[in-house]
Amino acid sequence: MKKLTSLFLSNPVPFIFAFLCIVGLWIAKIPLPVFINDMVTRMSRNSFLTLSLIIPIVVGLGLNFAIVTGAMAGQIAAIVVMELGLKGLPGFIVACVIAIPLALFFGFSVGKLFNIAKGKEMVTGFIASFFANGFYQLVFLFIIGTSIIPFKNTTILLPQGWGVRSMVDLINIQYALDSIFRIKIPFGRFFINIPVITFLVIAGLCVAINFFLKTKMGQEFKAIGQEPHVSHIYGINVDRNRIIATMISIVLASFGQLIFLQNLGTVNTYASHEQVALFAIAALLVGGATVKKATVFNALLGVLLFHTLFVVSPQAGQKLFGQPQVGEYFRVFIAYGVVALTLALHAMKAKYSSSS
Amino acid sequence: MIEFKNITKEYYGNTVLKDVSLVVKKGEIHGVVGENGAGKTTLMNILFGMPVIQETGGYEGEMLIDGKKINVKSPKGAMDLGIGMIHQEFMLIPGFNITENVKLNREITHPNLLSRTVSQKMETLNIPPMRKDTREALKEAGLGIDELLPVIGLPVGYKQFIEVAREIDKAGTDNLKLLVFDEPTAVLTESEAEKLLDIIRLLAQKGLAILFISHRLDEVIKVSNRVTILRDGEKIGEKDSKETNIMELAELMVGRKLKKLEIGFKDKSAPMNQSVLKIRNLEVDMPGELVKGIDLDVKKGEILGIGGLAGHGKIGITNGVAGLFPARGEVFYNDIPLPLNNPFTFLQRKIAFLSEDRRGVGLLLMESIDTNIGLTAFYVNSRFSRTHLGIKYLNARELRNWSLKMINELDIRCVGPHQVVMSLSGGNQQKICIARALTMEPELLFVSEPTRGIDVGAKQKILELIVKLNKDMGMTVVLTSSELQELRTISDRIAIVHHGKIVDILEPDTSDVDFGLAMAGIRRVEQ
Amino acid sequence: MKEQIRSLVKTVGIPRLIILSFLLLLLVLALVTGMDVKRLLTDSMVRVGRNGLFVLALLLPLKAGLGLNFGLPVGIICGLIGLVLGLEWRLTGLNYILFASVVGTGLAVIAGYFYGVLLNKTKGQEMMVGTYTGFAMVSLMCIFWLLIPFKNYALIWAIGGKGLRTTLVLPAQTAQFLDNILSFKLVGVGIPTGTFLIFAIFCLFIYVFLRTKVGLSIIAVGANPLFALASGIKENKARMQATLLSTVLAALGIVIFAQSFGFIQLYLAPLMMAFPAIACILIGGATLRKASLIHVIIGTILFHTLLTITLPVVTQAVAITGEAGDITEVLRVIISHGMILYALTRKGGD
Repeated sequence: MKKLTSLFLSNPVPFIFAFLCIVGLWIAKIPLPVFINDMVTRMSRNSFLTLSLIIPIVVGLGLNFAIVTGAMAGQIAAIVVMELGLKGLPGFIVACVIAIPLALFFGFSVGKLFNIAKGKEMVTGFIASFFANGFYQLVFLFIIGTSIIPFKNTTILLPQGWGVRSMVDLINIQYALDSIFRIKIPFGRFFINIPVITFLVIAGLCVAINFFLKTKMGQEFKAIGQEPHVSHIYGINVDRNRIIATMISIVLASFGQLIFLQNLGTVNTYASHEQVALFAIAALLVGGATVKKATVFNALLGVLLFHTLFVVSPQAGQKLFGQPQVGEYFRVFIAYGVVALTLALHAMKAKYSSSS
Repeated sequence: MIEFKNITKEYYGNTVLKDVSLVVKKGEIHGVVGENGAGKTTLMNILFGMPVIQETGGYEGEMLIDGKKINVKSPKGAMDLGIGMIHQEFMLIPGFNITENVKLNREITHPNLLSRTVSQKMETLNIPPMRKDTREALKEAGLGIDELLPVIGLPVGYKQFIEVAREIDKAGTDNLKLLVFDEPTAVLTESEAEKLLDIIRLLAQKGLAILFISHRLDEVIKVSNRVTILRDGEKIGEKDSKETNIMELAELMVGRKLKKLEIGFKDKSAPMNQSVLKIRNLEVDMPGELVKGIDLDVKKGEILGIGGLAGHGKIGITNGVAGLFPARGEVFYNDIPLPLNNPFTFLQRKIAFLSEDRRGVGLLLMESIDTNIGLTAFYVNSRFSRTHLGIKYLNARELRNWSLKMINELDIRCVGPHQVVMSLSGGNQQKICIARALTMEPELLFVSEPTRGIDVGAKQKILELIVKLNKDMGMTVVLTSSELQELRTISDRIAIVHHGKIVDILEPDTSDVDFGLAMAGIRRVEQ
Repeated sequence: MKEQIRSLVKTVGIPRLIILSFLLLLLVLALVTGMDVKRLLTDSMVRVGRNGLFVLALLLPLKAGLGLNFGLPVGIICGLIGLVLGLEWRLTGLNYILFASVVGTGLAVIAGYFYGVLLNKTKGQEMMVGTYTGFAMVSLMCIFWLLIPFKNYALIWAIGGKGLRTTLVLPAQTAQFLDNILSFKLVGVGIPTGTFLIFAIFCLFIYVFLRTKVGLSIIAVGANPLFALASGIKENKARMQATLLSTVLAALGIVIFAQSFGFIQLYLAPLMMAFPAIACILIGGATLRKASLIHVIIGTILFHTLLTITLPVVTQAVAITGEAGDITEVLRVIISHGMILYALTRKGGD
C-alpha cells in the first residue's frame, strides 16, 4: 500500500487517467468485448507513432512536434504506392522504402532547425510542421496530376484532373500488415481480432529502442539529454547527435503513419497527419512521460489509457448530457489540456532548479 | 614535459595574457597563483582548447608537449593529446551513476551485428569491465563508495573526487600526460582538501605533470614544487616553493607597479566622522560570492574602497545592499533603517548603484542612450514626467535635453542621444551608466568594478570622474574593485574582505605586504 | 548610392521588400487583366480594420519578453462570451458592441490574470505553454457552448434544440456597425472609418502607454530583467500587466472582428486565430527581441492586403478554378508559418 502511494505521488498522471477511464467505462456501459476489440485495434494502430517520440526526449529535444513531417512522408509514400498500383505486403514494404529518404530529409532539416533554435525546440518543431504542411498542401492540391508530377490513377485525383482527393481509399495496402496473421478470439457473441504481426513489429520497436539506449550512441544521447555542455567538453558531438535523433524519430513516425493507414484503409489527405503529433504526444504524457523522461512503458500505457478515454468519452457524454459532442470536445480538451499541463509543469520545474 | 612559449591573448582589444612562458616537467607539481583577472583561467582555456578562445580570435605563441608543437582546437583534442582537467564547476552528468561518469565518452564496448554493419556507435556497453576500472580508480582516489551510485545526490566533496577518479582512470588507460586542477579545493572541507592534496602528490609520483591553480597560497606552497605568479596577464615571477613564503607570494600577486594615476588625493583634513550608512551583520545569497556577516560603516563624504579576492564577498556586499540578491541583516541609511531586498526604496532614498556587470545589469543594450539614462529616474522619482488627462508619461523632450547635457559633460562619444548603446565602446557605456546614476541625483553612490573591461586611457577618466563627483558634488562613494591600485589611488579608506567577512580597514598607503596578507585573511599586527 | 540602397534595404528588411514587390506585381497583374482593383483594395481595407487589434494585442507581450503570445484565444473566448450574451439578450447596434466590449473586458481581466500567473510560473516556455493553454481553453469552451441553456432560438440548433450553432449571424443593425460610421470612398476605395478610428485610438493608447511608468517598466523587463530589477521594477508585475492588456485587447479584437465580419464563429474557430496575427507582426518586421507599433501597422496592412489580393488575381491569371482548395489558404499557411519559423530561428533573435 505504502509502495502504491509513493508510486502515485511520484507519477500521478497515469493514475488520474486510469481513474477517469474507469469512471468513463462505468458511465458509458460499452459492451466489454466491443471495447476490448476496439482497444486492440487502436493499440496496434497508434503505438508505433507514440514510440517514435522517445528518442528525441532522451537526447533532450523535448516533445517532437515535428513527427507530423514523418507522417507526411508516410502519406506521400502511401499515395505513391497507390499510383504505382502495388498491392499487399510488397506494396506496404515499398511504401516504407519510399518513405525513408523523404523522412530522412525532413528529419535532417528539422534537426538543423532545432540546432539553430536551441532552447526553443518544441515550438520550432510545432511551427515547422505547420510550415511543411503548407508545402504538402501546395504539392497535393495544385501540383500532383499536372505535367510536373503526372499521376494516372484517377481514383486518387480530383475530378478536375489534378490535385489529390481529400479522401483516398488505400485498398491496395489495407491490412497489408494486419492480415498476414490474425487471431480471432471468441468473446461472448463477439470476436476479438488480434493482428499478431503488427504487434510483433511494435514489440520489435520496443526491444530496439531499449537496445539502442544501451549502445554507445544511446549513452551519448542520454548524456546530451542531461548536460549538453559537459557532453560537448568530453568530446561528444552534440549537434550531430541531435540531428540523428530527430532523423530516427521522423523515420519511425513515417513507418508509424503507414501502419496507422494500412489499418484504417483510407487516408484523409489533408487531415490525417495534422493531429498525429498531438495525439501521440498526449498519449505519451498520459502514460506518465515528461518532457525530459520517457520510456517504452510510458508510451504503451499511455496509448492504452488515452485511447480508452477516446473511446468512452462520446458515449459517456451521451449518457450524462444527452449529447455525444460533449464527450468529443471533452477528449479534445483532454488532449490539449494534458499537453498544456505537462509543459507548464516542466517549465516550473526547470525554473525552480535554475533558481535554486 | 609541457611548455608554454610566449602565450599572448587579446579579448576585444584588451590584452589578458602577455608573453607568458611556463614549463611543467614530468612528475612536477607546478602551482599558478594570481588574482582574479590575472589570466589563470584564460591560460587554462587555451591549453584545453575551450571554444571561447577560438571564437575570440585564437591566441599567439605556442604550446609544446615533449618538444612537439601542439595545436589544441577543442576540449576533445586536448584530451586526445593527453591533457586532463579538473574543472572549477563540475563536469558531471547528474543522472548517470559514478561508473558512467568516470567512463563518459570512453566507454568500454563490445561489437555486435549492428555495429559491424551499421556504425561502430552501435556497439553495446560492456558494463562489468567499466565497473572494475571505476572501482579501482575510486579506490586510488580514496573514495570508498559504490561505483553504481547515481551522482545526483552526492555531496559536493565527493563529486570533486569523482572527477579526480576519472582522471586517474584516464592515466591508467589513456596517454594522460598533464593534469590541470583549477581551484580544486574551493568546495572542499579542510580534511577533504588534505586528502586531495595527497592524491595530487601521488599522481605526480606516477609521472604526471600537474598544473595546480589556486588562490589559497598556503596550499600552493605546500603541494607544489614550483610556483608561477601571474599578474595582469603577465608572468611576474617563478619561485621554488621551498624558497618562498605566503608573504612574498601575496606581495607579488597584488603589488602593482602601474603608473600612478595622476589624481590628487583628497583634502584629508575634512572631518569624516558621521556614519551615513551602517551595515550590520549582512548576509547575501549571491552565486559565487560569500557574504557572511558584514559590519561596515560608511562615513559621510568619503570614498570607501572595498577590496579582496574574487568570490570572497566584495561584490556581494554592494549587490546585497542594492537589493539585487537576497540579503539578510540590518542596514541604516542616515540612521533610518533601509529595507533590504527592495531596490525601489534603495533608489528612492537617493542611493545609486553602478553594477560591475555593465552589459548584464547596467544597460538596456538594444535601447537608446536616452532611455538608458532616463528610465530609472522617471520610474522611481517621476523625473522628466508630464501629466495630461490624468496620465503621467515620459516627457521625451525634457529627457533629450538632459541626455544632451550628460553627453556633453561626461564627454560620451556617440552619434546622439538616440543611438543604441550596444554600439558604444566599453568606456562610453560605463559613462552612460554613470550618467544614469547621476540622473537619480544620489547622495550615496555604490560603484562596483568601474574600470573592468575598459582600456587604460578611459580608466583614468572614469576614476577622475568618480573623484570629481565626490569632491565637487559631495557625493559619498563606496567603490568596489579587484584592482588594488585603483582603490589605493582614490579611496580614503579600504576595507578588505576575506571569506565573507571584513578582515581589516586599511589606509591607502599601507604596505603591499599588509594588503596581501589581509586578502589572504590575515589581519595586520598592530605595531 | 550603393551604400544608401543597402541601408534602405536593411531598414525596410528583405522579407518586407519581397512581399511588397509581390504585392505590386499582383496589383499590376490585376490591372492588366482588367479586374476590379478598387474592390480588391476595399476588401483589404476591411480586413485590415477587422484584424488590427489582434496584432496590436501581440505587441506588449513581445515588449515584455514573453515572446509571441500564442495564447490570444484566451482573450478571444472572453470576447465571444460577451458577444453571445449580447445576442441572447437581443441587444443591437452600439448597445450591443458596448455591452460585448464591457463583458469581454471584464472577463479578459480575470482570465488574463490567471494566464499571467501561469506565464510567470513558466518563464522560458511561455510560447509553448501559451499555445496549449489557448487550445485547452478553446476546447473546454466548446463544452460550455453546448451545455449553457441559451433561450434565444436564433442562436441554438433548430433541430434538437440544445447547444449553440457553430456560426451565429449578427442582426443587420449590428453587422458592420463600426465599419459604416463615417465611412467614405477614397478614389473608389471604401474606407471602414469607424473601425479604423478605433484601431487608431488603440494604437495611440498603446503609444502613450509605452511612455508611462507601467509601459516603460514593461520595456525594461523585456529588454533586460536585471536592469529592471536594479531600477526597482518588479519583473512579474510588469509581465502580468503586459499579459493582462494583451488578453483584453484580444477580447476587444474579436468584438471588432465580429461586427465587421457580421458573424460569430464558435467552437473550434478561435483555435488558430493567433497565428495570422503573429504572422502580421512578424511580417511587419518585429522580432522576438524588438517590436514596435510601426511593425504592427505595416504588418497588418501587408499581410491582409496580400491575402485579399492573391486569390482573385491568381485565379484570374492562372485560371485555376480550385474545387478542392484555395491557393490563398495554402499561401497563408506557408507565409505565416514561414515567418514564425524565421523569427524563431534567427541567430540571437534579432
